[in-house]
Amino acid sequence: MNGLQSALAPAGEQAAGIHGLFWLMMLVCGAMYLLVLGGVAWALWRAVRRRRTAGEPAINPPDVGLNRGLLGWAGLIVVGLTVVITASFLVERNIAAARARDALEVRVTGHQWWWRIQYRDPRTGGWIETANELHLPLGRTTRVALGSADVIHSFWVPNIAQKLDVIPGRINLLDLTPTRPGWFRGQCAEFCGIQHAHMAFDVKVDPPESFDRWLAGQANAAAKPADPVAAHGQRVVTGGQCAMCHAIRGTPATGRAGPDLTHFGSRRSVAAGTLTMSRGAIQGWIAQPQALKPGTMMPPVALSGADADAASRYLMGLQ
Amino acid sequence: MTEPLTPEQADRLAVSWRDAPGLWGFLTTVDHKRIAARYILTVVLLMFLAGMLALDMRLQLAWPDMGRMTPQLYNESFSLHGSTMLFLVSVPVMEAMAIWLVPLMLGQRALAFPRLAAFSYWLYLGGVLMLWVPHAFGITPDLGWFEYPPLSGPGYGPGHRVDIWAQMITFTEVAALAASVNVVATVLKMRPPGMTLARIPVFVWSQAIAGLMTIFSLPAVMLVTSMLIADRLVSTQFFAPSAGGDVILFQHLFWWFGHPEVYIIFLPAAGFVSMIVETFSRRTLFGHVAVVLSMLGIAALAFGLWVHHMFAVGLPRLGNDFYTAASMAVALPAGLQIFCWIATLWSGRPRFDTPLLWVLGFIATFVIGGLSGVMAASAPLDQQITDTYFIVAHFHYVLIGGAIFPLLGAFCYWYPKATGRLMSERLGKLAFWLIVGGFNLGFFPMHLLGLMGMPRRVYTYSEGMGWGPLNLVATLGSAIAVAGGLVFVANAWWSRRHGAPAGPDPWGGSTLEWAVPSPPPQHNFDHLPVVDSLTPLWTQKDALQVMTGLAIERREVLVTSVIEATPEYRQKSPKPSIAPLLSALAVTILFIGSIFTPWALVWGAVPVAVALVVWFWPQRERARTGPLRVRR
Repeated sequence: MNGLQSALAPAGEQAAGIHGLFWLMMLVCGAMYLLVLGGVAWALWRAVRRRRTAGEPAINPPDVGLNRGLLGWAGLIVVGLTVVITASFLVERNIAAARARDALEVRVTGHQWWWRIQYRDPRTGGWIETANELHLPLGRTTRVALGSADVIHSFWVPNIAQKLDVIPGRINLLDLTPTRPGWFRGQCAEFCGIQHAHMAFDVKVDPPESFDRWLAGQANAAAKPADPVAAHGQRVVTGGQCAMCHAIRGTPATGRAGPDLTHFGSRRSVAAGTLTMSRGAIQGWIAQPQALKPGTMMPPVALSGADADAASRYLMGLQ
Repeated sequence: MTEPLTPEQADRLAVSWRDAPGLWGFLTTVDHKRIAARYILTVVLLMFLAGMLALDMRLQLAWPDMGRMTPQLYNESFSLHGSTMLFLVSVPVMEAMAIWLVPLMLGQRALAFPRLAAFSYWLYLGGVLMLWVPHAFGITPDLGWFEYPPLSGPGYGPGHRVDIWAQMITFTEVAALAASVNVVATVLKMRPPGMTLARIPVFVWSQAIAGLMTIFSLPAVMLVTSMLIADRLVSTQFFAPSAGGDVILFQHLFWWFGHPEVYIIFLPAAGFVSMIVETFSRRTLFGHVAVVLSMLGIAALAFGLWVHHMFAVGLPRLGNDFYTAASMAVALPAGLQIFCWIATLWSGRPRFDTPLLWVLGFIATFVIGGLSGVMAASAPLDQQITDTYFIVAHFHYVLIGGAIFPLLGAFCYWYPKATGRLMSERLGKLAFWLIVGGFNLGFFPMHLLGLMGMPRRVYTYSEGMGWGPLNLVATLGSAIAVAGGLVFVANAWWSRRHGAPAGPDPWGGSTLEWAVPSPPPQHNFDHLPVVDSLTPLWTQKDALQVMTGLAIERREVLVTSVIEATPEYRQKSPKPSIAPLLSALAVTILFIGSIFTPWALVWGAVPVAVALVVWFWPQRERARTGPLRVRR
């Protein structure tokens, strides 16, 4: 267990509330389970002691004590349920309370099988687009507006908050209030087709000033190629098949069907959490997407060795 | 004591109820015992196939980044596994037990509608073939056992995979409605004289309640799958958001059926447990009234908590909290039942034969599933654990621990009645320990996996997630449980020829089925019993009161009043007929055709109408036998 995607290692206000509720319920339910097992053990122990008293079956014995026990047991269940229902309601109310706060606005759109992520630009009021990597400011509530471009998905970062379905035709709002900096991981939790297993995203929680720096960087257009090889790579990427689906701001590539690649090289993973970011991963992904993620919408792109090398160099440089 | 039938009378009675020999008899029989046996054999075969699929998936998940299954194959496997287990195994096997046992427990010679029972099996078989024959040709549903639109809609689910799934549901649900109407009518109108409402055995109650729940809930799923087919076939746009449709409507209708379905499966299991606990504790069940009222309470609550399957959809939070309270409230009646069973054991003189072992395994396992259900009923907690392996663990604990364990116990308990021979206790105990141990080893770690972030329905995961070791344990446990299942089936196979002869009442049971020979003759009872208590075989040990006056020369059953079960009239019971099979075939043609063209509904209705006319062709025969009499 690496704790990057776990409901047991809360790093957000919402997840922490639910985590506390989980342990309260474990306590109540665990006690009830032990009582049941204890009852069975007692019955077995009595049976073993009275083994030899066979004979006619007992018909409607008086059972006075057992009737009282039944009432007591019913009372105990009602008390236990009252505790967990009340606790559950209070946790739900706390989660709902975050809705009143002023929050950072982020739009997340589920696609088969990746996540489009858009931040409101604090300077221009426009939208800054990225994909498959969500950055959150520490200690501040981020309100994610969830929409779907195709089928139902479910947005889930277990360390920070509960999951919420991503439903075509609706916008669902989810509040995330991270309380611990670091890397986390989210994953689609509603079956959404053949590559449901590879629809993950990375989550980075940063102190507010680092987050602001990151966001300002994301607002910039793509970095210019640093050397002639990368410049060749840029021509391959923006002048060819890639640009039909992908956008790289500041270049002729303006496709919208696939993830925005403007700051692709700065991300932690390739293909919605399928591969760790590296030049090899990029080249492999371009050449053999159907082998790495069978069924993905990304078609294989046939490039010569030199072109592929240059393209990966260029993309890796998109910091 | 009534003098037994003379050999000549007994012959005439047997002739009246006999099936035709050979294949024709096989196709035309309306004997509830033969029909139930078919259901159960079909279910055993399907359980084996769907169990193999499960094992295959467990092997794929045993290690991270396994490549032995493609994602398509994996998705097909869990879809076929879930659809088979929910629609073709769990519900039908409980109906089969009702079809077999209810007439025997009510001292009757037949069900209320014998031909309808035959029809229900043939149609169920149509549903089985609908799903598994295309699978043999590689056309398999691949979107899970509930196929949410728009993924299953015309835009994202091309081909006929979804249609096959949706129409398979129509088949099995029509079959289930037919079976349920039959059982409910039999329980309400064909109880033996003296069996007032207060003297109905718990198992019969459970089946009547499950039958009523089926009648109220299954139309919702037939409606929703028909709407899906209409969306796909004639572009009705019920579930198309771009045209003003709503994808959530599908979920509401599906779970409005889907949650009651769980209790439709569980209540008969609670009925098995009640009967087994009573017999093996050698005392009448403690808290009969509490157990029956609990069942009615569960049935009522079941229709008010479907939203707990949809907590993550984003419905209003306060509304969710009401469904939290309603869902958790089920713990009260369920907990009372558990208390009554343990109290019966505690105050009785239990004998630990295999059926009772299964009950103990059921309590230890099912209660975990019930409590994890209380956790999943909490709206905020559920939004963490839904659609993860925690939920996979939860519903396997409830369905396997809560329904299949009692079913296996019931199988051991009534096997001698059905076959005349006892199952081997030694093999039975071996199977018990393998299945219960393997199951818990296999499924308990899944709770943890879910909390550690593993979503359900993923065909692989990377090593870095750290889910490998627990998945390996889960695979090992599942393999042990499957081995146990094979031992169980081998035991049933072997004992049919080599088991110890059972006699009519090997366990000292209290209910009427133990009064007839094992296996029961086709007409079940020579004379209809008259009941004076909940446990007639214990209170009338020496002389079971019977009623005479039913015809010997033709098929007749006794119809009694709903509350007091006083005899009302003799009813002619239909003879064997080919009409149920023909009707089922005609309906099958209509259902299959309608996934290709809407015109199948028009032209397909013609053969259905013809078959039904043959079936219901009026026959005017009147009773010619003498008055009914009660004798001792």
